[in-house]
Amino acid sequence: MTNAVLTGLVLGGMYALIAMGLTLQYGVARIMNLSYGEFLIAAAFASYWLFTGWALNPLIGLALVIPLSFAASWLLYRVLLTPLVRRAKTRDALEVDSILATFGMMFIVQGIMLTMFGGAYFSYSFLAVPVTVVGEVIALNRLLAFGLAVVVGLALYLTLTRTRIGTAIRAVAVDPVAAQLVAIDVTKTAALAFALGGALVAAAGVLISMFLTFSATSGVVFTMKALIVVVMGGVGNLLGCLVAGLALGLSEALVATYVDPGLTLAVNFALFLGVLLVKPAGLFGRVQR
Amino acid sequence: MTASQISAALAGLAAIAALAFVPSLVDAYYLSLAISLLQFTVLATAWGMFSGPTRYVSLATTAFFGVGAYTVAVLGEQMPWPVVLLIAACIGAAMAVIVGLSTLRLSGVYFVIFTFGLAELVRQIVVWYEVNISRVLGRYVFVDITPSDIYWQLLALCVVVFATGYLIARSRFGFALRIIGEDETVARHCGINVTVSKVALFTITATFMTLVGAIMSPRWTYIEPSIAFNATISFEVVIMALLGGAHRLWGPALGAIPLTLLFEFLSARFPATSTLIMGVVFLIIVYALPAGVAGLWERLRAWPSRAQVQSAQA
Repeated sequence: MTNAVLTGLVLGGMYALIAMGLTLQYGVARIMNLSYGEFLIAAAFASYWLFTGWALNPLIGLALVIPLSFAASWLLYRVLLTPLVRRAKTRDALEVDSILATFGMMFIVQGIMLTMFGGAYFSYSFLAVPVTVVGEVIALNRLLAFGLAVVVGLALYLTLTRTRIGTAIRAVAVDPVAAQLVAIDVTKTAALAFALGGALVAAAGVLISMFLTFSATSGVVFTMKALIVVVMGGVGNLLGCLVAGLALGLSEALVATYVDPGLTLAVNFALFLGVLLVKPAGLFGRVQR
Repeated sequence: MTASQISAALAGLAAIAALAFVPSLVDAYYLSLAISLLQFTVLATAWGMFSGPTRYVSLATTAFFGVGAYTVAVLGEQMPWPVVLLIAACIGAAMAVIVGLSTLRLSGVYFVIFTFGLAELVRQIVVWYEVNISRVLGRYVFVDITPSDIYWQLLALCVVVFATGYLIARSRFGFALRIIGEDETVARHCGINVTVSKVALFTITATFMTLVGAIMSPRWTYIEPSIAFNATISFEVVIMALLGGAHRLWGPALGAIPLTLLFEFLSARFPATSTLIMGVVFLIIVYALPAGVAGLWERLRAWPSRAQVQSAQA
């Protein structure tokens, strides 16, 4: 039982971190990014390549991958997604366009990774040392990943609530039109939020590569889980991400231990539908009029 | 009926009659190509019938296709063929009603997320069931259906899909759907039951997709969940319908034909990079042709008259 809960917490923390990036991209930049998980896997591959090819510690890899992904996401938003934002007449139209564009992007990134690495599963062994926590054995790399996820999540939370630029980001999330009235450059802020989301997902990708096996095609599952967490927690809400992410991770670990490991996705969807039936705007979301 | 409508109907009938003779005229390779063409024409048209008027992006084509294919794999040897098809259609329809009722009442995003994961979810449940309860993973399909039979069935289904689309567009139901697509709040104020209309349309189109899967099933002699629930089908159908233009009944077929040929060529010549190229083609379509070939054609046709209107205004 303790073991299942520990595994669930580590997994849930990861889901929360992944979802935080998506909630920035979707809640602030209004881009429903279906290629999100592909960027996670790309970061995982980068970390793998740095570790096996250059013997670089994944923690150093983290310091390299995060700024790179930030820049790449910013460029992506500026070059590919800004035309869509300009073209869209309403928010719904932008949603449909961004879904279609990122759906295509998903296949492009996946295709690049497939040509580079093939369809096989990859993993590497980093800090695979058993540690005992509250009477249960857990690998050190999982613990480290969880700790780093907490640090990154906390840093993001403080940035958003305590700094000027964070306040601007939150203002755009609430109302992009009204935000212009208080001299916030919405386009710039949206690009920044999108890039921040990209940096977060890259961080999550490196952390996940330390303890999970991954393949070029496994990004879709992460996209889906991130989407479920974001909508369940309420779009644009970091606390919602945390609660929903932990709930998802815990329920998955418990079902995998006590029922069947093959039914994790069914649990995700059951939880998702259950929450939406009771609260259609998500756990912490406000109803839009 | 005007003379042009009568001549169009006659031309359509002649085309169907001519297409029915294809299996006796071509060799096995071209027959299989013709089957792929029909398969994607039906799938893309069915997709466009739902997503065109309602503007909900469905990524679940594979889920229904796979359910149809897998139903045949399970029941194909035990029952007569029409009964198997009927059962497959019923399962697909039931699944569509459940998915529709639980997500179509909410905003479009929930629907997209749910359909994005639906194929994977159904695949996982089928695998779980096969591993734990029936204890067979992967099944052989031994039914007495030749490729020509598959072709004729698909052709018949194709005719039914187009007839259904035509009738819906001309009915009160179709009018209600167009209002919903323009503005859901307005539709609700006009007294249209929005949820029932959307779920009904989703169910009708999903049933067609399920039937395509069921009809295609005998082409593989061996089926396992990862073959039946192959995610690229969802993707291909969306890009075909977009290229053609989902807002017209005949639009998706215009996209299905060139893209089926292109993908056939790509998978034969560049198997390693076909995913990448498909993604690029998709992006080009989304950016350059937002309303598809149908939209482009309409704009070109409307161009001289609109220019006159503008010059008159100026």
